[in-house]
Amino acid sequence: MIRGKPDDDEYWNSSKFKAFTFDDEDDDFTRLKESKRAVNSILVEDEDEEDEVEKVNWSGEPVGSISWSVKETASNIRSTGEVRDLSFPKIDTAPSLPKNSSGYSLSSLFKGKAKTGSLQSFSESFSEQSLRNYAPELRKPKSEYKDYISDWTPEETVKRMQQGKAYSLEKFHFLQDKLLLLDEAVNAHDGNVITAVLIFLKKSLSKEILFRELIAREIALRHYIHYLKEMGEHKHLVELFKSLGRTEDMALMQYRDHLNIKDENRRRDFLKNCLSLPFSQEDATHVLDHYTLLERQIIIEANDKHVESSSQADIFKKYPRKASILNMPIITTLYYSCFYHYGESEGTYSSPANIRKTFRISDKQFLLTCLGARAKLKAWFDVDALFTTKNWLGYTKKRSPIGFHRIVDILHKNNAPVQVLQEYVNLVEDTEQKISLAQKYKCHDVIINTYRDLKDRQLLIGYREKVERSSPEYRKIEELLCNSQIRWKN
Amino acid sequence: MAHSVRRDAPELPDFSLLKRLARDQLIYLLEQLPGKKDLFIEADLMSPLDRIANVTTLKEHEVDKLYKVEHKSIVSTSDQLCFLIRPRIQTVKWICDVVNADKAVGKFRRYKVIFCPQKFYACETLLEEQGIIGDVTTDEWSFYLLPLDDDIISLELPEFFRDNFLEGDQRWVRTAGSALHLLHSLYGPFSKVYGIGRCSKMAYESWREQVKEGEQRVRQADIGNVFLIDRDVDLVTPLCSQVVYEGLVDDIFRIKCGCVEFGPDVTSSDKSMKVMLNSQDKVFNEIRNEHFSQVFGFLSQKARNLQTAYDKRSGMDIKQMKTFVSEELKGLKKEHRLLSLHIGASESMMKKKTKQDFQEMLKTEHSLLEGFEIRECISFIEEHINRQASMVESMRLLCLLSLTENGLLPKDYRSLKAQYLQSYGVDHLLTFSNLKQLGLLVEQQPGETLTVMESRVGKLVNDKTAGKLTDAFSSLAKKSNFRALSRRLNLVPKSDEEYDLRVPRDMAYIFSGAYIPLSCKLIEQVLERDGWTGLEEVTRMINGHEFAVTGSNGSDPRGRSDAQRIILVMFLGGCTYSEISALRFLGKEKGYKFVVVTTAITNSARVLESMLDNHA
Repeated sequence: MIRGKPDDDEYWNSSKFKAFTFDDEDDDFTRLKESKRAVNSILVEDEDEEDEVEKVNWSGEPVGSISWSVKETASNIRSTGEVRDLSFPKIDTAPSLPKNSSGYSLSSLFKGKAKTGSLQSFSESFSEQSLRNYAPELRKPKSEYKDYISDWTPEETVKRMQQGKAYSLEKFHFLQDKLLLLDEAVNAHDGNVITAVLIFLKKSLSKEILFRELIAREIALRHYIHYLKEMGEHKHLVELFKSLGRTEDMALMQYRDHLNIKDENRRRDFLKNCLSLPFSQEDATHVLDHYTLLERQIIIEANDKHVESSSQADIFKKYPRKASILNMPIITTLYYSCFYHYGESEGTYSSPANIRKTFRISDKQFLLTCLGARAKLKAWFDVDALFTTKNWLGYTKKRSPIGFHRIVDILHKNNAPVQVLQEYVNLVEDTEQKISLAQKYKCHDVIINTYRDLKDRQLLIGYREKVERSSPEYRKIEELLCNSQIRWKN
Repeated sequence: MAHSVRRDAPELPDFSLLKRLARDQLIYLLEQLPGKKDLFIEADLMSPLDRIANVTTLKEHEVDKLYKVEHKSIVSTSDQLCFLIRPRIQTVKWICDVVNADKAVGKFRRYKVIFCPQKFYACETLLEEQGIIGDVTTDEWSFYLLPLDDDIISLELPEFFRDNFLEGDQRWVRTAGSALHLLHSLYGPFSKVYGIGRCSKMAYESWREQVKEGEQRVRQADIGNVFLIDRDVDLVTPLCSQVVYEGLVDDIFRIKCGCVEFGPDVTSSDKSMKVMLNSQDKVFNEIRNEHFSQVFGFLSQKARNLQTAYDKRSGMDIKQMKTFVSEELKGLKKEHRLLSLHIGASESMMKKKTKQDFQEMLKTEHSLLEGFEIRECISFIEEHINRQASMVESMRLLCLLSLTENGLLPKDYRSLKAQYLQSYGVDHLLTFSNLKQLGLLVEQQPGETLTVMESRVGKLVNDKTAGKLTDAFSSLAKKSNFRALSRRLNLVPKSDEEYDLRVPRDMAYIFSGAYIPLSCKLIEQVLERDGWTGLEEVTRMINGHEFAVTGSNGSDPRGRSDAQRIILVMFLGGCTYSEISALRFLGKEKGYKFVVVTTAITNSARVLESMLDNHA
């Protein structure tokens, strides 16, 4: 805890402005001097470093009017006369918490604690006059000042903390004092000070009381939660969430801890324990998925590692695994299974069918992932089978839950040969789209046939210019153009 | 409108003073620990430090070795260690470990921790708890403001966004106030302050308090007006894909502290190159605010001009050649180098963007902004997720959907969330919780049910609890109202009109003519009306905390009219390069000059990455 410095006395006693001020407010002047010194000390070397504040001021000019500053700091009532050109109006910074939100009225406080002499901050709620009549009497002799260094009101204390000056929180013994201090910090909108006060409250109040008071103080509460998070005080945070009734937040926070567990078996067990946490219904399903997934991944990983090392399966030799499947997302796991375990029966954990069913994967999603994996392996036969459906007469037809133009894109990205590509380009319904895709991927046959079907001789002639002479495409176009059977429309 | 561009924009004040002040203070602080010392620097302070000092400066003040803070045990042999860090608990914890490890083996050293830009009590408490106050002395380096360019000043505090808007921690409010105070004392006095947003209001108050506490030297104002804006007033804009050159470079290569690293694909050599991007780079300066589609044409024109300039050599006599070499060649070579760099960058960006179906992505974004074919947008997003395409991009589209549609239908929310978790990992549950908290990605709440329920519950419980419930409800009901705002402020130009990107007619050009950034539109409107009058409905929808105040020197007859047309815009929570471009455009049109002060330069990826929680 930073203590007041002996230098303070110097300012008290040497103040030539004494006549101006109420004794009570001498301190304001000290403060003013201090801040000026602090500001200057940044540029001019000063032996006294403790008071350095972050404010930088570039002029050594004397403070304007002391009476002004006293007035300004003693009360928030704005007097116009002496306020100089620095002034900007105060705006109401909503939502400011009512000072008496804890149910203690200021007046009761005033009555109860009149002897402590820390009255100034209440000046807002009282007439200036009555306060000033009181104040000088309450002031202790100056010689004793050092003993009362901490006689600052909550407002002053917060201000000093903001300015990085010596302060003391020890004297805030009464609950209502502590809460006033907290509310004052909140009203000053300085998160740094709010947290500092909260740390003090955390040390000097029981959890039950602190939590109870925080419920009605949303801003302070959020600072507290953030502080606990940063300090890694999870147990404390869990208790807080519990007492606030924020069970979902609590559950998520506990769930988050799995990220710190590296060992997969321990992580799995941890996730299993998470299942009983009070998640929302929706999230509970996801967490269950997470647990199930890791459980299966551990089994698959152990098995595949063994198979790979004992060279039992060709697929692992041909395409060695780049990384372990542990902790990968569900879709990555599905891809892996479509890549290494295609065709396995639904009974095995590693089969695509099993994963699809366990994790309720949509048709569209399943198809996309499967397609990606099989195309990567250039297993065009499998790709073909993905889209082939048989009707009751035994005719086959190609169907897809996603547009065939997307299928073509995916196949192309997996370096499918033109023969494969054009089969799917042909399935695109929209003629324009079909043509543009065919041009993009150089599926000449598709283009030529489409133009032929459109009976558009001009387009065909135009296309002949784009293909290489003496190529099969060129010859095909030539043949078509010579074909007298076709009734060209142009 | 483009024809009425005003050419009488005032000159900007010189902000390099800020760098000098920061450097001088750092030197002063280093001298507080006399003798040789090793300096440990927080990783994200290194680039800002680079901008104001260099290794020689540090060596001159007896810094022996430099280390990056890496949260590992240290190898230094020096008996004096200095730590230059951000006030973060994690870093302070690490310092405690270092000190206590030394103590355990009986090693005696002196330690100094310099917090930048300020200390936090929480950090000091930690030092105290670890019993090392005394072994460790602390200091503050009030390095608030780093000028990144003639008209951009950054606080370099990217964590501002998450701390303030997600965690609700107001630790940086006073920092923002102090930054404003510094600018006020150096370039003020300001005569008018406009603002919108809770944090803006608090920063204003903090600044006002500091002005009151301090002294004010009487000087001629360089900057007359100030506009403060919270990032959460407009979350749509930073989530849009940037298509203006500088913004695109930031999206793709990530500009760090005004500097970008171009890889071998750009430099067409085997080396990467770090390049400063600011108005000193003449080529960059001409294209930075241009829509990307215009950049190629410009660059090739420039290349032709360069060729002509080189070609002048043929047919020169010796004397002419001599003058040419001594006067022009160096400039030409420099321009040549810059030109090939930016051409390389453009090519590389072009390649990357065509690879990821950029056109389709933009089409979806524009549809969302316009509120058109939302079902198609949802399927696009769904497929993006299904294909496991970029995790952040998927999230970006989801958030845009939610922000523009006032939340997702519960059915869509559930289905998209489930698919997202399947594709990118269940631990993104934590990310979704954050996004919900911030209001970036929410479920639609049927409004009426809410009020009915609220009043019914209200009757049943006592006041305190009712207040708490109201809070909870209001956060649920926190709506973006984007559609209504967009209509009211004409943010989305009618789509049937052709938009000529060569001759931009409004700020919408920064998004290909599809959308005028809300943030910049608000600034335009308030400056035009000299306040918020007539914007009541708009501010109500933003849930604004708007204010407009005049200092008593506002009517000062000495106030230079030039200063009144220099407007400092402070973004609390970050701003994008696109917004800066838009403001530059607005300034040209109206004869203003904008100085952008931001807690950090941001973009969609940075905003969303700050929401991720799925790493240990």
